Parts: sequence; C-alpha cells; structure tokens
Amino acid sequence: MKNYALPLLGMAALSIASLTVPADAKADELVPFKIVNGNSIPASLTGKAGDPAKGRDVAINRKKGNCLACHVMPIPEQPYHGEVGPDLNGLADRLSEGEIRLQLVNPKTNNPATIMPAFYRTEGLHRVAKNFQGKPMLTAEEVEDVVAYLMTLK
Amino acid sequence: MRKNNRKIMMAGAAVAAVFSIATIAAGEPKSGYLSAEPETQAMQDDDFSNPAMLVTDYGGDLWSTADGDSGKSCEDCHGDAADSMKGVKTRYPTYYQPWGKMINLELRINECRKDNQKAKAWKYESKEMLGMASYIGYQSRGMPMAVDIGGKATPFFTKGKEFYYERRGQLDMACSHCHEDNSGNMIRANLLTEGQINGFPTYRLKWSGVGTLHRRFKGCNDQVRAIPYERGSDEYVNLELYLAWRGRGLAVETPSVRN
Ligand code: HEC
Ligand code: HEC
Ligand code: HEC
Repeated sequence: MKNYALPLLGMAALSIASLTVPADAKADELVPFKIVNGNSIPASLTGKAGDPAKGRDVAINRKKGNCLACHVMPIPEQPYHGEVGPDLNGLADRLSEGEIRLQLVNPKTNNPATIMPAFYRTEGLHRVAKNFQGKPMLTAEEVEDVVAYLMTLK
Repeated sequence: MRKNNRKIMMAGAAVAAVFSIATIAAGEPKSGYLSAEPETQAMQDDDFSNPAMLVTDYGGDLWSTADGDSGKSCEDCHGDAADSMKGVKTRYPTYYQPWGKMINLELRINECRKDNQKAKAWKYESKEMLGMASYIGYQSRGMPMAVDIGGKATPFFTKGKEFYYERRGQLDMACSHCHEDNSGNMIRANLLTEGQINGFPTYRLKWSGVGTLHRRFKGCNDQVRAIPYERGSDEYVNLELYLAWRGRGLAVETPSVRN
C-alpha cells in the first residue's frame, strides 16, 4: 500500500492493519501521517496542538474550510449553515480527536462515496484548476487548528 | 457509537439515492423554478417584468434583419419563427450528420449562419447569440423537453452521463453529489436543485444578465476548483444531452429567471 489517495484499496488494506503513509516524491508537500485501525490519525500532523480560535475562522472562511456550507455548527453570527452533512454540535462527545483528524484529512477513507472534500490530500484528483494543483485544501497547521476547534464542540 | 452513526448516515444516503433514481425513472423531474423565491418566480411569470425579455426581443429583431453574403434574414428563409421554430428547442442537442456528433441549438444557429446565410458565426456568449437562442427557445415555451438519445446519439449520451458522475477539481465532486444526492438541501446560502436545464438561456440575478447553459457549466466546474471546458465543446454538448434527457418532460421555460 503506497497511495492513500486510492480510497477503496486503502479501505481494504486498512481493515487488515494500520499503515504508515510514506512521503513519496509526488506528495512531498504533505507531511506523512499514520492511520490507525483504519479510522483514526491519532498524532498531530504538525506535532503540535492547533489553535481553536484560528480553526473556527478556517471553518467559516469560504475559501478555506467552508465547513458551514454543509454543516450546522455553533457559530451563531454566521447566517447560513448548510444541511448536506450532519450537525457538528456535540461532535467531540461522539468522535475521538484521531477520528476527527482522519475525517478532515480524507473522509473518503470512511466513505468512498462522500461529497465531503478531503482537506489534506493532493493525489488521485481529476482536472484540478491550475492555481490549486498539488496543493491540499488546508495546510497541516490549518487542519490542526480545525481539529482543535472541533474538540471544543462538546 | 461512531460506527452506528456512520451506518445510519450511509443508510440515509442509500435511501436518498434510491429515492432520486425513482423520481427520475418515474419521469418526474423538478424544475429549478419550483425552488426559486416567489419574487424570482414572479419575474419569470410576467414577460413585462422578465429582464431576459429584452435580450429575447433583440433576438426577434435579428430574426428579421438581413445579414451576410446571402443578404437574407432568418425570416426570409424560415418565415414566422412562431411556426418554423416551435418545438425546435425541445429536441436539441441532436445528432448532426455533417459532424458525425451532437450539436446544440447555439452551434446549430451558427451552422445555419455559415452555410445558408453566408454570415459570420456569432461568439458563443455574445449578445447576438444569447438573443437568438433565447428567441428560438421562447417559441417552445411550455412544450415538454424531448431529446432523442437512441441510435447514433447513444454513445454521446453515455459520455455525458459519465461526465455527470465523474468527480473533478480540488473539491473532488461530481455533478451528482450536489444535484442528485442533495437536491432540496441548503448548501450554505443556496438551495440545491436538480440542476435542470429547461430554462436556458437564463437570466441570473447573480450575473445581472442572461447567460448560456455552458456558462453555468463553467461556473459549476469553477466552484469545485476544476478546469472547465470551452463553451460549445463536445464535452459540454454531451453533458447537455444527458441533462436534457434527465429533464425530459419538463416544460421549456426559456428565458427563465434564477438566483
Ligand atoms: C460539501 C459538503 C461538506 C463540506 C464542505 C464539509 N463536510 Fe463534513 N461531512 C459532509 C457529509 C455529507 C458528512 C457525512 C459523512 C459522509 O458523507 O461520509 C460529513 C461528515 C463530517 C464529520 C463526521 C461527523 C460525524 O458525526 O461522524 C465531520 C467531523 C466533518 N464532516 C467535519 C467537517 C469540517 C470540519 C469541514 C470543514 C473543514 C467539513 N466537514 C466540510 C459534508 C461536508
Ligand atoms: C438562405 C436561407 C436561410 C437563412 C438566411 C437562414 N436559414 Fe436557417 N436553415 C435554412 C435551411 C435550408 C435549413 C435546414 C437545412 C440545413 O441547413 O440543415 C435551416 C436550418 C436551421 C435550423 C435547424 C432547425 C431544426 O429544425 O433543427 C436553425 C435553428 C436555423 N436554421 C436557424 C437560423 C437562424 C437563427 C437564422 C438567422 C440568423 C437562419 N437560420 C437563417 C435556411 C436558412
Ligand atoms: C458544490 C455543489 C455543486 C456541484 C458539484 C455542481 N453544482 Fe450545479 N449548481 C450548484 C448550485 C448551488 C446551483 C444554484 C442552485 C441550484 O439550482 O441548485 C447550481 C445550479 C446549476 C444549474 C442551473 C439550474 C437552473 O434551474 O437554472 C445547472 C444546470 C447546474 N447547476 C448544472 C451542474 C452540472 C452539470 C454540474 C457538474 C458539472 C454541477 N452543476 C455541479 C451547485 C453545484
């Protein structure tokens, strides 16, 4: 298993064992991370804890997380919350930090058919616009900031 | 706990998918009109308040204006558009023998200009093309969309369908993720519809003007950060054929008004 960008193959391998994703040449902009039990990335991508206040901003920002496009969140000052995905209120009571991190990094690991974008993935995509080629939707720091914010949703 | 949640969600998604397929199989597609704000619907309902009628009327003027080396107007050859162009929109895109592939209404207008009127092709998104495509489409208002996907059209239909279900862009989404799986759901401030095409060319409040269907395709590609195709490209014409089929039976609303 080399490529975590192939969700189906990934699922098969993941169900057998945990796996380390190598930072191969093509994905060299991404830091390596380790998926455990097929449903969790327990370790911080940056090795540090994120900043929840910044993470909240990333979740609102239409050019960054834009999580509000699809999720209801406890962000009352923003008028429009989408209903494509589940309400994220109380999320940290249902999911562990590692499970949340994996859901952000690549939700296709959990559900290959999902509409939710992978926020930390660059491989296996089709016809990406020039300005965004080879770039993940969020940086590792931003992923950690959002994880830190989501962990406050109890 | 988590696994249970996931299962419920997946089951929900499966039910939703089955439901939308059933809706389509039953031939009951829903026009974007039904999800529009009442004020937007009212603009479309009344030709005098429909801002797209200015463009449509301009198309009507062009219809009877001589052009090109033939020195003829569309009307000189086709007569009254209310008769000759009635129902034309409902069968486009259609298989076009000289090209061996599909042609849509905009491209067909240009073919006729070049071949018969001996005039220069109009730019795809020009005022002239928007006017003429709206004017010809308007002659089919209220008639059911009825493209033919059999025979030589079938391989192009299949390509259009593949396009519809193919993920693209940095956001990695297919048309189906928004317009099939989530029609009826809010995506931030927007209410997702089935993405039907029965109203094009359409006046969009966001554009403050009339635009072609292929302009809308480009917008829906851009918003998932995907490389769009050219307007009038084979890819978009095939996609148009597939969508016309999904919307078969819907009344033509050209020129519609949308958010
Ligand atoms: C285009 C819509 C969309 C966007 C944008 C989106 N999500 Fe999701 N998200 C979903 C859907 C749909 C699900 C349901 C699970 C599935 O589809 O597999 C989901 C599931 C989740 C879950 C798991 C929830 C649970 O209860 O198990 C989390 C956590 C999550 N999203 C966080 C986020 C965050 C944080 C962002 C922004 C960085 C985001 N999502 C952006 C659609 C979206
Ligand atoms: C010199 C005569 C002539 C002129 C001028 C002319 N047409 Fe045509 N047009 C034809 C003929 C003949 C056909 C059908 C044969 C063919 O070319 O395929 C046709 C076919 C068409 C069709 C296809 C109709 C269908 O049933 O599928 C459209 C649309 C059309 N013309 C639009 C126009 C428009 C718009 C103009 C003016 C900008 C125009 N034509 C000017 C002769 C003309
Ligand atoms: C991220 C979600 C998303 C994706 C993916 C998407 N669209 Fe859309 N589309 C929208 C939104 C939002 C609108 C405006 C509201 C509506 O009509 O759904 C829209 C509108 C449309 C309309 C206009 C409908 C009308 O009544 O005038 C068409 C047609 C359309 N989309 C086609 C497509 C096609 C074809 C694709 C795939 C290439 C696509 N869309 C992909 C979000 C999306």
